[in-house]
Amino acid sequence: MVSAIRLFTSDNVLVLTRSFEAGETIEVGNIRRTLATPVGLGHKIAACAISQGEKILKYGAPIGSATAPIEPGEHIHLHNMKSDYLPTFTLDEGREFHHTP
Amino acid sequence: MNSSILTPNAYLRSDGRKGIRNIVPVVYLVECAHHVAREIQLPFREQGVHLLGFSGCYPNEYSFRMMRSLCTHPNVGAVLLVSLGCEGFNRRGLLEAIRETGREAELLVIQNEGGTRSTIQTGREQVARMLQALEHTPRAAMTIDELIVGTVCGGSDGTSGITANPAIGRAFDRLVSENACCIFEETGELIGCEQIMVSRAAAPELGDILNASVAKAARYYATLGHGSFAPGNADGGLTTQEEKSMGAYSKSGSSPISGLIKPGDIPRKGGLYLLDVVPDGDVRFGFPNINDNAEIAELIACGSHVILFATGRGSVVGSAISPVVKICANPETFRNLPEDMDVNAGRILEGVATLDDVGQEIHTLIARVADGQPTASERLGHQEFVLGYKHFEPIGPSCHPTYQ
Repeated sequence: MVSAIRLFTSDNVLVLTRSFEAGETIEVGNIRRTLATPVGLGHKIAACAISQGEKILKYGAPIGSATAPIEPGEHIHLHNMKSDYLPTFTLDEGREFHHTP
Repeated sequence: MNSSILTPNAYLRSDGRKGIRNIVPVVYLVECAHHVAREIQLPFREQGVHLLGFSGCYPNEYSFRMMRSLCTHPNVGAVLLVSLGCEGFNRRGLLEAIRETGREAELLVIQNEGGTRSTIQTGREQVARMLQALEHTPRAAMTIDELIVGTVCGGSDGTSGITANPAIGRAFDRLVSENACCIFEETGELIGCEQIMVSRAAAPELGDILNASVAKAARYYATLGHGSFAPGNADGGLTTQEEKSMGAYSKSGSSPISGLIKPGDIPRKGGLYLLDVVPDGDVRFGFPNINDNAEIAELIACGSHVILFATGRGSVVGSAISPVVKICANPETFRNLPEDMDVNAGRILEGVATLDDVGQEIHTLIARVADGQPTASERLGHQEFVLGYKHFEPIGPSCHPTYQ
């Protein structure tokens, strides 16, 4: 059984199809990486090296940007990526509506 | 072309619409009548008598319209309204609107009935009588082009957008091709996908309306300081709102989008519709929908006979009035909560089923549920219901003409 799938050919992330314990090694394609922390089913790992600021692509669409350099096979989540969308809205529109500095 | 038969045993209503259940809602019209209504309903809760209501004392056009749509829903046979007596809800207007459809409806006002005990007693007698009368509800064959299906996702995780949601999309594509009416919703969970969605609008002016509805949702949520993103979403591997949106969006399948509707609007003909759940105008009354059940109630108010609910983390809810089919995206969750789930879409991740297989399974299950087979949440007695305050402007002609 495959342990990770690429949803779209242009994606730079893979989605895990089973949960992994800390210390387990993910092997998919030419990626081989031993995980430092447990990573659950449905989470994302990098399909290739991703530089800071680069778009994260899933479903063939940008779902946010990397906030740190990411190595192939590394877990991608809140610690190394962010939304390009809602925080922007929250800041700008929130200020306007709430009249806070 | 003649549409194929969904079930030979639907309930025929006097307006010609057909239902797949014959529910008796007991409706409290303010929180102060909740206990009495619940006590009336309790002995009958396994006989299709559901408890629903509106907590607020202040009147609100949206909640009245919602309640009218729900109490005259084709899955509803008769209605008992329970009022305290001094609340703001237009109880007479609701009673008359239900009776105009030919349904039996009664109104009990606790302050006029001698209080709690005597209202419960009278209410139970009325419900027992209604149930007896409903045994004679006329039955008729219902075709697929008379079916309205709503979809919602809740407790989403990284598997939802890969398995359950796109499988629902496959089922929707087939239903739309059969001229059924399919409704997807939650514009707040389409933030980031609006451009892709607009390209599917059946007409250019509709595209502008779809785009504006998502922009409205983004503005609304920004003001509230929260997207439609819960802690469990992140635990399940979703990192951003736009990632969650892309997964949620896949429930809509690939058919052209025929129109935009608002809660209580009932699509006139088959096709795929976006339900705009975010209130119009300035932000007031709080979050658009405080939980999944508020969204389910709105889908039902738009005429949904059945709800397809995709879940990854494992929601267990059902609903009053219309059956909820739970499609579990995550194979680990399915093993953890097997009694609560109807379809294991997680098989797709394990390589033992395809999206088309699961889409087909959902389509087949809808026909069985329409024929009376209880869903997992129905078997477990789930009848959740939530209705709050909102404000909407009526939809314009570009959105699509509707009933009511």
